Amino acid sequence: MNRVEARVKVTGLATYAAEYPVEGVTYAYPVQSRIAKGRVTRVDASRALTMPGVLGVLSVEDPPELAEDADGELALFQSRDVAYRGQLIAVAVADTYENARAAADAVRVSYEPADHDVGLRADHPGLYRPEVVNPDYPADTERGDVEAGLAEAAATIDVTYTTPVEHNNPMEPHAALALWDGDGRLLVYDSTQGTSSDRETIAKTLGLPASHVRVVSRHVGGGFGCKGSTRPHAVLAALAARAVGRPVKVALTRQQMFDVTGYRTPTIQRLRLGADADGRLTALEHVAYEQSSTLVEFAEQTATPARVMYATPALRTAHRLVRLDVATPSWMRAPGECPGMYALESAMDELAYAAGLDPVELRVRNDPETEPESGLPFSSRNLVGCLREGARRFGWDRRDPEPGVRREGEWLVGTGVAASSYPARRRPSKAAATVRDGDFHVQVAAADIGTGARTALTRIAAETLGVAPDRVHVELGDSDLPDAPVAGGSMGTASWGSAVVRACEELMKNGSEGHADTTGEIATDSRLARHAFGAQFAEVRVSEVTGEVRVSRLLGVFAAGHIVDAKLARSQFIGGMTMGLGMALMEETHTDEEFGGFLRRDLAQYHVPACADVQHIEVVWLDEQDERLNPMGSKGIGEIGIVGTAAAIGNAVHHATGLRVRNLPITPAKILMARF
Amino acid sequence: MKTFEYARAASPSDAVRRSGPGVMYLGGGTNLVDLMRLGVAQPDHLVDVSRLPLDAIEQAGDRLRIGAAVRNSDLAADPLVRARYPMLARAVLSGASGQVRNMATVAGNLLQRTRCAYFQDVSRPCNKRRPGSGCPAIDGDHENLAVLGRSDACVATHPSDMAVALAALDAEVHVTGPGGDRIIPMPGLHRLPGDAPERDTVLEPGDLITAVELPPPPPGASAYRKVRERASFAFALVSIAAVLDVRDGAVAGCRVALGGVAHAPWRAGRAEQAIIGGPATGEAFLAAAEAELDEARPLPRNAFKVPLARNLIVRTLEELTP
Ligand SMILES: Cc1cc2nc3c(=O)[nH]c(=O)nc-3n(C[C@H](O)[C@H](O)[C@H](O)COP(=O)(O)OP(=O)(O)OC[C@H]3O[C@@H](n4cnc5c(N)ncnc54)[C@H](O)[C@@H]3O)c2cc1C
Ligand code: SF4
Repeated sequence: MNRVEARVKVTGLATYAAEYPVEGVTYAYPVQSRIAKGRVTRVDASRALTMPGVLGVLSVEDPPELAEDADGELALFQSRDVAYRGQLIAVAVADTYENARAAADAVRVSYEPADHDVGLRADHPGLYRPEVVNPDYPADTERGDVEAGLAEAAATIDVTYTTPVEHNNPMEPHAALALWDGDGRLLVYDSTQGTSSDRETIAKTLGLPASHVRVVSRHVGGGFGCKGSTRPHAVLAALAARAVGRPVKVALTRQQMFDVTGYRTPTIQRLRLGADADGRLTALEHVAYEQSSTLVEFAEQTATPARVMYATPALRTAHRLVRLDVATPSWMRAPGECPGMYALESAMDELAYAAGLDPVELRVRNDPETEPESGLPFSSRNLVGCLREGARRFGWDRRDPEPGVRREGEWLVGTGVAASSYPARRRPSKAAATVRDGDFHVQVAAADIGTGARTALTRIAAETLGVAPDRVHVELGDSDLPDAPVAGGSMGTASWGSAVVRACEELMKNGSEGHADTTGEIATDSRLARHAFGAQFAEVRVSEVTGEVRVSRLLGVFAAGHIVDAKLARSQFIGGMTMGLGMALMEETHTDEEFGGFLRRDLAQYHVPACADVQHIEVVWLDEQDERLNPMGSKGIGEIGIVGTAAAIGNAVHHATGLRVRNLPITPAKILMARF
Repeated sequence: MKTFEYARAASPSDAVRRSGPGVMYLGGGTNLVDLMRLGVAQPDHLVDVSRLPLDAIEQAGDRLRIGAAVRNSDLAADPLVRARYPMLARAVLSGASGQVRNMATVAGNLLQRTRCAYFQDVSRPCNKRRPGSGCPAIDGDHENLAVLGRSDACVATHPSDMAVALAALDAEVHVTGPGGDRIIPMPGLHRLPGDAPERDTVLEPGDLITAVELPPPPPGASAYRKVRERASFAFALVSIAAVLDVRDGAVAGCRVALGGVAHAPWRAGRAEQAIIGGPATGEAFLAAAEAELDEARPLPRNAFKVPLARNLIVRTLEELTP
């Protein structure tokens, strides 16, 4: 189905957070820390306050009132301690953006710097085992005897992979526009992936009842997770508006986004695998080292895919975290699964070579009956089907496993495969449906961050109601609508769609309106392992002269339950795989060891794939029936596309060149230095 | 961003008349305006020279004169340029994106500033931006920076693709300024950093580039090749502009210029001298490339540029060998 909001988007009429026309609006521009650790001894705003159009400067010199238990990244100007370079330490408010920025530049901050530490290392003395990893998995698991499994294996590998800091970089920079009314009620136009949760967090941070806050977010220009939790800009807008008694707009620059809107933690991952003579795993150990800030513990669930993927008598997974003088990492498309499966699926390829087995066959042989860690049955699992179908379409049976022997001129050619996996969860949601003037109106506080959620929900409602989609009007992106969970964890459509179906069913019964709350329904969901699976195949060309890697073919085969809409699904899968290509070959944010913070904070230097990088990309899905998931029988598809792509490409680079580059991204520099 | 005044120059001499402390010329603005937003450039006055009547590409005898205000897109699309200097058209087309090239001017392209991450961030030290403040790139993020002709004060690279082709073509840069008119042969426009990295070029304050003039194309086959991890819209890790003229198995003429390796487009004179008069063989090219790169002083994270430049020289010349 075409996007229902396509016309307003392409004609520029879709209104994003920073664009709402508001009478008397003013602008806030943040001041950021220039040290990575230490204390702010003084914020001198005297000059800034005399500048044209300036309405006020907020800082720790006169800390704005906030809830005491506010999240460390949102507790603005409450403490003199600096946790990382780039942290927001003051804000200037003025009648124009330019005046606000000039005033922010004129704010003089004095510091008492301390030695900082921004480097993640696997031998860092500060490493510890977090209580849980996101969202609430145990940090460590252990079944069977890994050492014994490795000792008895016919083939073993012991390898370490690293992934760098990566930033989400949605097209629309984070922005918020805050308005207080005379009764102390707050309206925030925010670029957020969830208006209900954003409202809760903003209210909690400001110490307000949730009923006093409304968040509106009709259109969002991408998020990938960095708009999934409330970011400081929204609190900044609310505080500044409260202080100056005028509406305040905050629009972050691209550089500021790198500093304060989260990023994917870098990881160091050690994998030890053993297989017997038949290629059956005897042991699998996956240990992930990652970072968080001193403010908030954010523990990415990097090693959790190993608990899902393969049958093994001995399985150990562990996460170790170190708190550095860095910003807090946050959600980025397929948190956990994406970096974790990069390492696991690269290691599986290495094991296939060590065991002398075809990498597709190795995965097929180790496909488990039940979920390896929990022992739960799968609601459905079609990884083998995806691998077989992909192998057939890709021409895998013609593949000579020998690395480094296919050449077209200076280009070495190789192919690789990797599996994809992502949980298929849902969360409680509310929704309402009514009939008005012969049309159907559906309301749910869902978010369409460019994924096509509005369109998917229109289709789900139309199919439930048995009417044409153009008679259904979905309203979303407003916390005044029925409460709904965030667009994240690939749970959006499953969660909102469940509520929409139930509301529409009720409407059909009573003929006028339906209200749904799926809390009860979800509480009684049977205990099953619910995951989508997929297989990705890549063909790469690596120049022997320059070390450049070009991906000539990418194929993804997915089994993700019932596909709600083919057109929307295709672009989600392709988008995910393209982002995975970026992860494989170019995405990397450089941490500034000397001064703290990040370097190369713009899109000219932080490279995401351009059209020219995507030569041939193909997506197919298996028809998968899984009634036990939700009324649509669907699994989330927003994230699985990125899972496994980087491993498939890395494995193909190895097949092309004989080289294992175990540190992403796989750049010409790394290829050249290894080969020459 | 600092408040500034904007004026459109009526003629080249009017532009020069308006020059002075705090005055900058504005071309397409694709680099300067970005740097103003970042606070790196803080002019009080902008004199817009993009609409001066310097936007023609004309034949002058056997030479080609390209106005300083010609847009990069128009330069690359020009039939004379494509027919006689295809290497130049390729170099220009390999740079930036269609949108940027539509705005960017020839003079602006030559005078674009380094992409060093510290240079672009006013909250960090940088000798080029704030002389004497230090060069954190040397111990820090220098992966994309210079391996040739660097100094202890600065290891920046000049990012232009077009300038590399112009260096190989012996282009001349025509300048008018408070001190009169001058002609600067490429690659002499850009300087090495030495102990004054704040100066990218030999231009004096108020100098206005009016044109770039190309001598007749050198005989032989030519190529421009650019290496980058992203297939488009990325600056060169290393690039090469090369011309090779082989007659009766011996090299009669050879030009090699490298981009992405130095503070200026790097004309590989040593390699050229080693190759001219000798056989057109891979071994000869390799020996010449190694002679040229002998003086490379890579840093830990940009050491890859040395084998990369070597490979590029050898492969490009091999491909140009009939
Ligand atoms: C995202 C991005 C990617 C890019 N990628 C590449 C790339 O891959 N390869 C590449 O080569 N370039 C690349 N560029 C740079 C681009 O080529 C330059 O920004 C452009 O050529 C500058 O031209 P301009 O006319 O816009 O210059 P401006 O920004 O207007 O000016 C640049 C400088 O030249 C001065 N100036 C302008 N005209 C004159 C004149 N007539 N006489 C004297 N001084 C003058 C200005 O004062 C200023 O200092 C990229 C740029 C961007 C933004
Ligand atoms: S390399 Fe040059 S431009 Fe970069 S930080 Fe050093 S002095 Fe500045």
